[in-house]
Amino acid sequence: MEFDPFLLSRIQFALNISFHILFPTITIGLAYFIIYFRVRFTLTRDPHWEFIYAFWVKVFALTFALGVVTGIVMSFQFGTNWPGFMEQAGNIAGPLLGYEVLTAFFLEASFLGIMLFGKSRVSNKLHLISTMVVALGTTLSAFWILSLNSWMQTPAGFMYENGEMIVDSWFEVIFNPSFPYRFAHMMVACLLTASFLVAGVSAWRTLRGVDGPATAKVMRVAVFAAAILIPTQIFIGDLHGLNTLEHQPAKVAAMEGVWETEKGAPLTLFGFPDEETRSTRAAIKIPKLASLILTHDLDGEVRGLNEFVGEHPPVAPVFWSFRVMVGVGMLMLLVSWVCAWQLWRRERINKWGLRALFGMTFSGWIAVLAGWYVTEIGRQPWIVSGLIKTADVVADHPPGILLTTLVAYFTMYSFLMVSYIGAVFYLSSKPAQSLLHMHNYDLPGKHPEDRAYTPNNSK
Amino acid sequence: METILPLIFVAVMGLSLLLYVILDGYDLGVGLLLPLGSDKEKDVMIASIGPFWDANETWIVMGVGVLLIAFPTAHGIILTKLYLPATIMLLGLILRGVAFDFRVKAGDHKKAMWNRFFFIGSLVAATAQGWMLGSYITGLTGSTINTVFSILIALCLPALYCVLGATWLLIKTEGELFAKAVVWARASVLPMALGLFLVSIATPLVSSVIAERWFQLPNFIGLMPIPIASVIALGLLAVLLKRDVEHLRKTNPVFLFACPVAVCVMAALGLAYSIFPDIIIGQMTIWEAAAHPSALLFTLYGMAIALPCIVLYTIFIYRIFSGKATELRYD
Repeated sequence: MEFDPFLLSRIQFALNISFHILFPTITIGLAYFIIYFRVRFTLTRDPHWEFIYAFWVKVFALTFALGVVTGIVMSFQFGTNWPGFMEQAGNIAGPLLGYEVLTAFFLEASFLGIMLFGKSRVSNKLHLISTMVVALGTTLSAFWILSLNSWMQTPAGFMYENGEMIVDSWFEVIFNPSFPYRFAHMMVACLLTASFLVAGVSAWRTLRGVDGPATAKVMRVAVFAAAILIPTQIFIGDLHGLNTLEHQPAKVAAMEGVWETEKGAPLTLFGFPDEETRSTRAAIKIPKLASLILTHDLDGEVRGLNEFVGEHPPVAPVFWSFRVMVGVGMLMLLVSWVCAWQLWRRERINKWGLRALFGMTFSGWIAVLAGWYVTEIGRQPWIVSGLIKTADVVADHPPGILLTTLVAYFTMYSFLMVSYIGAVFYLSSKPAQSLLHMHNYDLPGKHPEDRAYTPNNSK
Repeated sequence: METILPLIFVAVMGLSLLLYVILDGYDLGVGLLLPLGSDKEKDVMIASIGPFWDANETWIVMGVGVLLIAFPTAHGIILTKLYLPATIMLLGLILRGVAFDFRVKAGDHKKAMWNRFFFIGSLVAATAQGWMLGSYITGLTGSTINTVFSILIALCLPALYCVLGATWLLIKTEGELFAKAVVWARASVLPMALGLFLVSIATPLVSSVIAERWFQLPNFIGLMPIPIASVIALGLLAVLLKRDVEHLRKTNPVFLFACPVAVCVMAALGLAYSIFPDIIIGQMTIWEAAAHPSALLFTLYGMAIALPCIVLYTIFIYRIFSGKATELRYD
C-alpha cells in the first residue's frame, strides 16, 4: 500500500486536533461551574460546596494540563505540517493566533497557579478573582481560535495586494460572517459537555453512595443546567445552519445528502451516500422537511451537491457526523429533561435516570467531535473556503517519518486517554472531603476562622 | 516602519526564547534531577515548580508564535526542517506536563510510574531542544559534521538545565534536600562548562557565516566582553559552590541562581550577534521573511499592552509564591 504524505498529514492533524479539543471543551465549560461552586461556598459557608469545589478543581487541573500540552502541539503543527497555510494566510492567521497567546495563554497559565496552589497565600477575594480570570482566559482562547477558524470558513475583511493577502478591516476579519454563530455554538457545547460530565460523575457517585448531600447538590446544578442549555443549543444550531447554507451551501448539501438542487427538499433521516453513483442508497426520507429546517419555508430551495462537482467535501463522513451530533443532542435533550422532571417532582432521580446520566458522562465529547468533523471535513477540499486548497499547503515529509510520528502520537494519546478517564473515576471513587487533605490543595481563606466547615461523614 | 517592525519582533522573539530557556530550563532541570530525590523530596521538588511551570512553558509558545506572526515564511521552513526533533520534544513536553498532574491524582500506586514519566519527559524535551538548537545554528542542513554538532548540543543543554534546576532548588528548599541540591549543582557545573566551551569552539567551525562575524579584528575585540562575562559568571558559580553547605545556607541563593542565568543571557547575546540579521543563517534575513507591515502593526498594538501586563502579573505571582516550598502544599 502506498502511503500518501498528504493523507498522512491530514490524519495526523485530525488526530492531534481531535484529541486536543476534548480537554479545552471541558475546561472552558467547567471553569464556570467551578466559579459557581466557589461563589455558593463563599456566600453560604456550607462545607458541601467546599467539597464539591475541591473535587472539581482537581478534575479541572487534570483536564487543563492535558489541554495545555496538546495545545502546544497544535501551535507547532501549523509550521511543521502546513507551512503553505502560514505563507499564504499568515498576515491574517498570525495575528489572531498571536492575540490568543498574548491575551489568553499567559493569563490562564499564570492565574491557574494561584487557583490551584494559592489558597492559603492570598485572600479569599483574590483567590476567587483568580478563578474568574482563569475562566476568562479559557473563554478568550476560544474566542480567538474560533475567530480564526470561522475566517477560514467564511473569509472576509481582506484584499489581495501583489498576490499577498492584506487585511483591510480587522473588525471584519475577527467578526466574520460565521463567527458569532460558531462562537455561541461552541461555548454552549462546552457548557453542555461540562454539565454532562458533572452530572455523569455525580450519578456514579450517587450510585456508589459517595458523599450523599454534596453529590445531590451538585447533581441538581448539572441536570438543570443541561436541561436549560440543550434547547438553547438547538436554537443556536439552527441559526448556525441558516448561516452555513448562506455561505457554504456545498457543506449543507453534504450534511443533508442532497444531490440534486430542488424546491421542497425532503429530509434524509438515514441512508448511505455514495459518491460513485451520486445518490444516497436506502434513504429514509421525510418530505419537505429539509427545506423547512434549512430555509424555514416548506418550498425553499436547497442546492444539491451536483452543483459543486469537484469542489464539494467528501459526502459520507459529513453526512454521518452530522447525524451523530444531532442524535447525541436529542439524547441529551431526552435524558436531561426526564431527570430534571424527576428532580422537580420527586427531589431525586431514579436508578435508571442515574444510569442514563452515567452512560452519558462523555456524551459531550462525541457531539463536539462529530460537530467539528461536520464543519472541518465540510470545508474540504479548501483550507480557506474558496481561496486556498488544503492539498497545496502541505509539507512534503517522507511518508516513513509521518507514519512513525503518527504511531507515536497515537500511542501516547491512547495511553493518556485511558489514564485520564481512569484518574477521573479514581478521584470520583473517593469522598470529596478526603480530597481536601490530598496533595495540591489547601483550605480556603487565610485565617482559621474562615474555615467554617464541619467534617461530614456521609459515606 | 518597514525596517523597524521586523527588528522589534525579532527582539521580542529572542527575549521570549531566552526567557523560555531560563524559566522552563529550571523546571525541566528539576525534572531531570527528580530521580535523585527520595519520595518525600520528590514531592517538595515538584512543589517548588508547581505554580510556575505552566506559565514558563508558555514562553516557547510565545517565541514560536512570534516567529509565525512576524516571519511566516521562515516559520514554515524552520519547523518543516525541524519536524522530527520538534515532534520528539512535543511528545516529551506532553508526557512531563501530564505526569505533573497524574502523579498526585491517579492514585498512590501509580505515583512512581508518573514520577518516572516526569523525568523521561523532561529528558526527552531537553535533549530534543538541544538538537533543534544545533540544527538551527548550522543552518538547517543535515551534513555529518552538522549532525555531530547537533548531538553535541543535545547532550549539553540538559547539563545547563540541571544547573538551573539545582540552583532553583537552593532558593526553594531547606534541610537535607538543600544539601543534596548543592551536590547536584556542583556535579552539573563541570559538564555544563565543558559543553559551553565545546559549543563555542565548534560553532564557528561548522558555520563559516558565524566564524566570519566573530573573527574580524575590530568586532573580535568588541565582542570579547561576552565570553569573558560568561567565564566570570561560571567561575563565580564554581567558587561559590565550593563552600561547605552550612556556609551556603547563609548565602543568598538568588545570587547562585543568577550565575547560570547570566551565562544564558551572555550565550543569547552571542547567538543573536552570530545570527543577526538573518532569520535562517546564510539564507534569509528578517526583512525578507517579515509579514506585511499591516499585520505586524496590528499585533504590535496588542503586544504593547499585553506584554507589560504579562510581566507585571508574572512578577506578582512569583512574589505570592516566594519563599521555601514545603511538601506539596504551600502554607
